[in-house]
Amino acid sequence: MALEASAPASRVDIIGALRQAAITALITFGLLLPLIGFNTVQNIRNEIVLETRWPLLAALVAIIAAGRFLHAILIAPWLARRAQRQRREDAVRTAPRARGARWVVPFALGFAAVYPALALSLAGTQGAVKWVDNFGVQILIYVMLGWGLNIVVGLAGLLDLGYVAFYAVGAYSYALLANSFGLSFWILLPVAGCLAAFWGILLGFPVLRLRGDYLAIVTLAFGEIIRLILINWVPVTNGYAGISSIPRPTFFGIPFNASDEGFAARFGLEFSPVYRTVFLYYLILALALVTAALTVRLRRLPIGRAWEALREDEIACRSLGINTTNTKLTAFAMGAMFAGFAGSFFAARQGFISPESFTFMESAVIVAIVVLGGMGSLLGVAIAAVIMIGGTEIMRELDFLKAVFGSDFDPTQYRMLLFGFGMVLIMVWRPRGLIATREPSTLLNASRSSRRHEEKAQSTRPSLVRGRHG
Amino acid sequence: MSAANHAAATAGAAANATAPLSSLAPVLSVDHLSMRFGGLVAINDLCFTARRGDITALIGPNGAGKTTVFNCITGFYKPSEGRIALQFGDPGVWEELGALTQRGTRRASRGDGVLFLLERMPDYLVTQKARVARTFQNIRLFQGMTVLENLLVAQHNPLMWASGYTVLGALGLPSYARAERSAIDKARYWLERTALSERADDLAGELPYGAQRRLEIARAMCTDPVLLCLDEPAAGLNPSESAELGRYLHAIRDEHATSILLIEHDMTVVMEISDHIIVLDHGQKIADGAPDDIRNDPKVIAAYLGVEEEEMADGEVQ
Repeated sequence: MALEASAPASRVDIIGALRQAAITALITFGLLLPLIGFNTVQNIRNEIVLETRWPLLAALVAIIAAGRFLHAILIAPWLARRAQRQRREDAVRTAPRARGARWVVPFALGFAAVYPALALSLAGTQGAVKWVDNFGVQILIYVMLGWGLNIVVGLAGLLDLGYVAFYAVGAYSYALLANSFGLSFWILLPVAGCLAAFWGILLGFPVLRLRGDYLAIVTLAFGEIIRLILINWVPVTNGYAGISSIPRPTFFGIPFNASDEGFAARFGLEFSPVYRTVFLYYLILALALVTAALTVRLRRLPIGRAWEALREDEIACRSLGINTTNTKLTAFAMGAMFAGFAGSFFAARQGFISPESFTFMESAVIVAIVVLGGMGSLLGVAIAAVIMIGGTEIMRELDFLKAVFGSDFDPTQYRMLLFGFGMVLIMVWRPRGLIATREPSTLLNASRSSRRHEEKAQSTRPSLVRGRHG
Repeated sequence: MSAANHAAATAGAAANATAPLSSLAPVLSVDHLSMRFGGLVAINDLCFTARRGDITALIGPNGAGKTTVFNCITGFYKPSEGRIALQFGDPGVWEELGALTQRGTRRASRGDGVLFLLERMPDYLVTQKARVARTFQNIRLFQGMTVLENLLVAQHNPLMWASGYTVLGALGLPSYARAERSAIDKARYWLERTALSERADDLAGELPYGAQRRLEIARAMCTDPVLLCLDEPAAGLNPSESAELGRYLHAIRDEHATSILLIEHDMTVVMEISDHIIVLDHGQKIADGAPDDIRNDPKVIAAYLGVEEEEMADGEVQ
C-alpha cells in the first residue's frame, strides 16, 4: 500500500531525497571518521598502534545514507498521510475499545494457563525448563512489576524512577527473614509486601510536594540510596557478595527435591527440576493476576478515581475536599506493596540475590514497560512486558546470527540499542503508548454510547435550567 | 441535598427563636483580612460579610486582589492577618465566635449550628468540613476523565466513607454499591440541571467551553456546599449563555440553600444577578452595598476609569 501510494510523490522528490542522503552521508562520515575509521590497539610489546577500518566506515556511511534516502521517499510521506488521517480520527478518540480487545484478554489468559503444558509437550521435560523459566516466569515478573508501577505512574501520575528499590526491599526482606528465622515463603510473602509498602510511604512523605521532573529525580535518588545501603551494610546484607542459599518455596510444605519426601516422589513422578519451575510459573501468574484484579477493582472505587483525578489536576482535587497527601501515599504504598511481593518471589525463585539485580537499569526497564504499554492500561503494560523481556530472551536464542556476523558476535550486547530503537518507533507511531484509550470507570448511558457522537453537535448550546428537581 | 435543605429549614426555625440573629445572619464573615506576598500588599484590612441565601459579588479592576480573597477563603493561601468565619446550621453559634478565636481551634458548635475559622484549616478540609466549594478562573476539570467521573470524584469523601476507606468496597459489600448508585443519581440530577446528560460519558476535555464552565459549577455543587465561590463564571460566555448562567445561579440559590460568592467582570451579569456587591481596588474595599448603590457610587466609577465606566453606564440604562 505504501509503495503504490508513494509512487507519484517519489518521482517528484527523488532529487531532494538524494540530496538529503548525501548530506547525511557527509555528516555521518565526519562523525564516524574519528570514532570508527581509526582504532588504537595494543600490540604484543604493549605499544599503541593506529589501525584504520575503512571498509567498516564505508559500510556504516552507506547504510545510514541509504536509510535516510528510504526515509525521505517512503516513510516520511507515509507518516504525513498518517498524521492527516489521525487528525480526522481524533474526534472519535474516546470511542469504546476496538471489538478485537474483547477476545484478546480471555485468549491471553487461556494461553498463559496452558503455556507450561505446551512447553512440556513441545520441548520435553529437559527443554521445557528453559522455556518456562526464561520466557514464562521472567516475563510474568515484569508484567507484575509493570502492573504495580502502573498504579503509581499510570493512575496517580507520579513518575517513580526508583521503583526497583521496593523490589529490592521485598527480595531482601524474604531472604534475610527466611535465612535468620527460618520462616516459610507463604508467611513472608505478605510480610515482604507490607515492608515494601512501609518503605513506599516513607519515600512518599518527602516527595509529597514534588511533581514531574523533580519527583522523578528524588525517586531515582531513593532507588540508588537503597542499592548503596545494600552494598555497604555488609554485616546485614553481605554487600556485593549477596545472600545465597535462600530457601525455595515449597508446594504447601512439600519441597521440590530429589528426596523421598520431595514433590516428585510423593506424587509418584520421576524427579525433574521442571516441576519446581512450573510451580513457580503458576505462582507468579497468580500473583500477577491478583495485582491486575485489585487494580481493576480499585479503579472503580473512590480511591482509584481520586488517583486518576490527582493525575489530571491536583489543585482541583484539593478544591473538592480530597486529601491529596493520603491519596498520594496510598498510591505509593500500593505500588510498592506489589513490588515487594514480586521481590520476595524473585528471591525465592533465584535462591540468590545481590545488589547487582537492583540497578537503575531495572527501574528504567519497568518504567519503559509502563510508558510503552500506555499509561494506565493493564493489557498494554502486559503486551509491552512480553515484547521487552521476551525480546531480550529471544536474542539469546539467535545463534544463527553468528554465522552472519562472525563467531564473536553476541546479540544480547545489542539489547539496549534495540530497546532504544523500539522506543523511538513507539513514540513516533503511538506517542501515548500501545493502548492509549482509557476505559471509563462507570458509564451513565452505556447503551447509548454508540449514538452519542451523532448527538454531539446538538448539545453545544442547550438550555441551562430545566424544571425537574431530583 | 435533602440534608442541606433540612439544615436550612431548621436554621430558619432557630433564627426566629433568637431575635437579633435574624435570617439575615451571615454565612461568611471576613474580618481585617490582609495578605502580603513579600513587600506586595495584595489585600489590606478587608472586612465584609456574605449573607445566607444571597448572591454576593466581588468586583474590582484587574489586580484588585479578588482572586487572592478567594484563595484565602478556600484555604489555598494562609492569610497574613485576619479572620474568616463560616457558619451553617443554627445561627446562634455566631455568639461563640469570640471564644473560638481566643481558643485557637478551628471549629465551634451549638445545637446543629457549626462555626469554622477557615484561615486555620488546610484547603481540602475547607471543602470537606466547612462545605465551601469553588471553581477556577481558568477551568480546572479532570479533562481525561468522563463528565460523570468528574462528578463522582467531587463526591469522594462520602463515597470513601461508604467504601469503608476502600477495604469494604474492595470486598464488594452491597452497602458501597448502594452508595455509589445514589452518588450516580446525584450526578445525574446535576447533569440534567446543566443539560449535560447526553455527554455524561464523554471526556470532560472534549466539551465546548460553555459546557465546561457549567460542568465545573455542577462538580462544585456535588460536594453539597453551603457557600459556592465562583471565580469569573461568565468569562468567555456569549450573552445568551450569560443570561442562562444567571438563571442557573438563582435556581441553585433558591433550591439548594447554597449561598454564592462570585467574582465577575461582566457588569451586566453582576448587576442582574447579585443581591449584594463588594468593590475592591488595590486590595482595599472601596464600596459595599446593593447593586443600585454601587452603580451610582462615585468612588466605584473613579476606580473603573475608561472602558469600564462605559460598561457601568450601560448597566444603568438597563
